[in-house]
Amino acid sequence: MVDYEKMLNSKIQKIKPSGIRRFFDIANEMDHVISLSIGEPDFKTPWHVREEGIRSLEKGKTWYSPNRGFANLRNEISNYFNRRFNVQYNPDKEVLVTVGGSEAIDACIRCMVDPGEEVLIPQPSFVCYEPLAQMADAVPVIIETKAENSFRLTAEELENHITPKSKLLILPFPNNPTGAVMRRPDLEAIAQVVEKHNLFVLSDEIYGELTYGGERHVSFAEIDGMKERTVVISGFSKTYAMTGWRLGYALGPEPVLEQMTKLHQFAIMSAPTTAQYAAIEALKNGDSDIENMKKQYDMRRRLVVGSFQKMGLDCFEPHGAFYCFPSIKSTGLTSEEFCLGLINSKHVAVVPGNAFGECGEGFIRVSYSYSLNHLGEALNRIEEYLKEIKK
Amino acid sequence: MDELLKLLSSNSKFTTEELSMILDEPVDYLEKQIAEYEATGVIKGYHAIVDWDKVPHADVKAMIEIKVTPEKDKGFDDIAAKIMSFEEVESLYLMAGSYDFAAYVTGRTMQEVAMFVSRRLSTIESVIATSTHFLLKKYKESGINFYEDDSEGDKRSLVL
Repeated sequence: MVDYEKMLNSKIQKIKPSGIRRFFDIANEMDHVISLSIGEPDFKTPWHVREEGIRSLEKGKTWYSPNRGFANLRNEISNYFNRRFNVQYNPDKEVLVTVGGSEAIDACIRCMVDPGEEVLIPQPSFVCYEPLAQMADAVPVIIETKAENSFRLTAEELENHITPKSKLLILPFPNNPTGAVMRRPDLEAIAQVVEKHNLFVLSDEIYGELTYGGERHVSFAEIDGMKERTVVISGFSKTYAMTGWRLGYALGPEPVLEQMTKLHQFAIMSAPTTAQYAAIEALKNGDSDIENMKKQYDMRRRLVVGSFQKMGLDCFEPHGAFYCFPSIKSTGLTSEEFCLGLINSKHVAVVPGNAFGECGEGFIRVSYSYSLNHLGEALNRIEEYLKEIKK
Repeated sequence: MDELLKLLSSNSKFTTEELSMILDEPVDYLEKQIAEYEATGVIKGYHAIVDWDKVPHADVKAMIEIKVTPEKDKGFDDIAAKIMSFEEVESLYLMAGSYDFAAYVTGRTMQEVAMFVSRRLSTIESVIATSTHFLLKKYKESGINFYEDDSEGDKRSLVL
């Protein structure tokens, strides 16, 4: 008999499975569940983009692409990022096309840290950074962001977690699950700490196109002196509703991208070819699709935030991504108790905040990547649930 | 198109409070706006979009192409007025193309629809030809998807 525990790598065995999953599994067992737990766009990929993917298949373009991604695509990514976020990257040396933003995150962490070095991770945040840092033999250092700061990372919080071993700072904004965004002055303050302590930054800007309320997203690479210290990660999933195509990219200094490309070459080889053809079309002619989807998200966001406020739950106004993160502390329940009760009595699935880090305790993540009708029904049920648990 | 009208035509059950949040406009402004739309006839009414196929003893529906000879001085409108006065006629449109009117007609049975066409519609003096097409299956109506295979729910799966 094989003793798999002994056979398997000990680091991966110690890593806990994602906490988002559990509620989804419960929801799956039940009938008539209304879910607000999914973290991907409900829109379909715009037709003209899908068409380009189909066309490439019809022409039989089914081979590997160059390791870094097609030159056309890298050119378009470079043009796009300059057009929308004001930072210029050399398409031949500073752009790497990856399998989703996730691969780029993994590659960047693995290429940047040596064993024992510390990766600074603000939480609540997406669940992948901590396990990936652990797999790279780095030490994750969690920085808890606070509701009273609108879940932004402050320079002071960052400074308080710096040690001689600090190496890589993760900047996950616009943020999943809180919807928090960092404005230019916030980023400038962070940049000073980064410079002072010679840190490198992984800026996960996958939700960069989804910001609301007038002010556009500012890329951390646009802040003075930060381009040479930052790998920006983004992709097509959230921007163009292309999750299933699995396409993302990393932008950064040539020496870093060179190493990431090496890793990508050995581990992945190249990103999906069909997806790359579709992505070229998205970048060339998809700006209006972004605006349309953003407008829809914004209407939903106002309905969801307004409804939670009406129900009497504290909910800071999220300005990015497609999540809101209301506090359920006033109910006296833990996040898990609240979510279990909600799914059992009203068949509405949301994700407990602590799935995104311990400091998410007392909050729930509500995705508004759903139709207005769907949201309206779910919100009504949540309101009924709140009335019932108050009794 | 006006966002308010778009929203109401997708779901007329939105409350003005909900609409106020969605559109970021004050409730009283929206109430006034809706009242004005109702008064000026921009909003003609509010109705439920029913999937009649799911109701027992459902009616049959047909689209009837009608060719007519327009009456002197009166054009098509007088004939239209006659056709639309039948309660079997649910909708009526003047068309460009190889026929003049398209009428959507409902009856309890195919027989009943056929009788309506032969006895009442064809006998109108200006009507020179009709062609009846029975609706077999509804895929989409008023922007709503009725196609089961596609509407069975959210196909997204949670990956993390």
